[in-house]
Amino acid sequence: MTELTGWGRYPRHPSETLSPSSPNALPSLMASRTGLVARGNGRAYGDAAIGERVTLMARGLDRIRAFDPATGRIQVEAGVLLSDLLGIVVPKGFFPPVVPGTKFVTIGGMIASDVHGKNHHRDGGFGDHVESLTLALPDGGVVTCSRNENPELLSATISGMGLTGTILDATFRLRPIETGWMRQTTSVARNLDDAIQALQTTSNATYSVAWIDCLARGASLGRSLIFAAEHATQRDLDALQPGAEPYPASKLGRLGVPLDLPAFTLNRLSVSAFNELYFRAGAVKSGYPFLVHWNPYFFPLDGIGSWNRIYGRRGFLQYQCVIPTAQAQAVLGGILERISKHGSASFLAVLKQLGAGHGDLSFPLEGFTLTLDLPVSDDVFPLLDELDRLVVEAGGRLYLAKDARQSPATFEAGYPGLSRFRDLRRAIGATGRVSSRLSVRLGI
Amino acid sequence: MEPSKILLLVGGTSDIGRATALHYAQAGWHVQLAARNEEEARRNADDIRARTGAEVTVHRLDILETGDFESFATSLPTLPDTVVCVVGELGDQAKGQADTAHASLVLRTNFEGPALLLGFFAERFLARGSGTLVGVSSVAGDRGRGSNYLYGAAKAGFTAFLSGLRNRLAPKGLRVVTIKPGFVRTQMTAGMKLPPVLTAEPSEVGRAIFTAAEKSSRDVIYVRPIWRPVMMAVGSIPERFFKRLRL
Repeated sequence: MTELTGWGRYPRHPSETLSPSSPNALPSLMASRTGLVARGNGRAYGDAAIGERVTLMARGLDRIRAFDPATGRIQVEAGVLLSDLLGIVVPKGFFPPVVPGTKFVTIGGMIASDVHGKNHHRDGGFGDHVESLTLALPDGGVVTCSRNENPELLSATISGMGLTGTILDATFRLRPIETGWMRQTTSVARNLDDAIQALQTTSNATYSVAWIDCLARGASLGRSLIFAAEHATQRDLDALQPGAEPYPASKLGRLGVPLDLPAFTLNRLSVSAFNELYFRAGAVKSGYPFLVHWNPYFFPLDGIGSWNRIYGRRGFLQYQCVIPTAQAQAVLGGILERISKHGSASFLAVLKQLGAGHGDLSFPLEGFTLTLDLPVSDDVFPLLDELDRLVVEAGGRLYLAKDARQSPATFEAGYPGLSRFRDLRRAIGATGRVSSRLSVRLGI
Repeated sequence: MEPSKILLLVGGTSDIGRATALHYAQAGWHVQLAARNEEEARRNADDIRARTGAEVTVHRLDILETGDFESFATSLPTLPDTVVCVVGELGDQAKGQADTAHASLVLRTNFEGPALLLGFFAERFLARGSGTLVGVSSVAGDRGRGSNYLYGAAKAGFTAFLSGLRNRLAPKGLRVVTIKPGFVRTQMTAGMKLPPVLTAEPSEVGRAIFTAAEKSSRDVIYVRPIWRPVMMAVGSIPERFFKRLRL
């Protein structure tokens, strides 16, 4: 038995762990055990990748099966890390169609969570780009899922949190790029209305995201920096940084956080200072396009090793909700106000525009998503329950890959695809056999 | 551009084998992967090809079927420039003490098979007048310990074989390299508690093998240099004390 947690280090659950070294080992494991779920690199924040009894550590499935540099089509095993993939394909002039906020995730995890990126409003989630995948079913059968073959199983597996079986490999197309640089434009939004408007007007940009200064109040509530970006072309490079290396080496050196910092280091003052600094540094560059390496643009927090430890031993919760466009301004304003009043501020508050989702349990819907980090404390749970009520009333939902504490009622209200998903689980014999702490908690 | 050199990697499904082959492929070499389990070897071959664009072929070889070495060598598209043998089997010491068949498997897999295979290619390389032979042995062969002397004895034999072969081939300009990885985080050691300072990643071993065989003239390599003084200390303990230690 091992004690497992997600990236938020809350909750903690004991689980038996098995580490298959080949996809060929999966069918018999699936058929002979119950209460199991696959785990990639453990970057889901809550309890999604902790098996009810058994956790299948999938990192041994880390082979690239095929790569065609002519078309950008790639087939990889599910345990391949996005960071590994980036290191291989970027120097060859390709980039994954969708990347989440960290590169330390597995491809299997990206599919199971149907992760979205800063380009969801234009390109959809990662699941939209999966051409086919191989799935080990609960009874040990192995099937191919694509638009033509087992399409229902494909839609359920994309966003299915590993609850339809274990993904063995997947095939998708990479996008061609001319350089490893991003042409970024930063602008300032004075408040939340401004920020939402700015994200809508920059929605023709391939990538856009807003960082919110959580401590701003009153008329400045929701003041933000908006980062819009494109993959820089060779012409951009010639104009903005003549002579620069088109594929600069990735700076992977990181500043680690080796020990749990005591929770008091994260007081109001330190967070306030951090946000002020961030806000000023960004505002200086406001309006002018400049070049930035893909790594810090997409994965700013990956630069700090175990940043999840700065929240102390009790861990932290990441709260990510999405609110339909029509109500976004009012409801997100309400959420920010309550957070700000509560004073347990977040290092990280990110606002993004999303389009429609793809899978049965996909998180995205047309609207705006807000992401906050909160250290675990006794009074944070009632606060989040209150926020849940606002989200549910507005027809929004919470992201399962981040969740560690929502109630079954909140979950059911947010996910109309749930009954179809449950039916499919019953039909393939997954109910009760393939189960995580998350699926048990939410009654999936 | 000169044509790519060719590596024959024996033990192509092991973690060290995979890492070593990948390192050679990244340096522009073509790779012949030999293993008993062809399907798993193909998995590694596909991976190396996709990552590097190198030419990688897969060849079935059971290290215990020493009578098949001739037909195996004939089946290779080209006689390789370097042969690296990473084959090894930790086995179960306690089981081997009671079960002669298991003990024999450990001895043959770690000594007889690898030694005879490298010896076989040594003759081919001598006939051609060039070639490098690399054997992955073990620090466990430096001194026998109660907890793993079957494995250790086989590795000691292999180390002595490589030393003798090197002594014979050096005047002809052929190289023989002995690699002692120390602890490595692999499938073979999964679940063991290993001291981090003494434990290498497979990629580290792969790099060390490539550097030792192709970029230096060193003969015997401890992948992590700290192992040299550690094993020197272990070797210097008088037997009358050593025999009483629980090791």
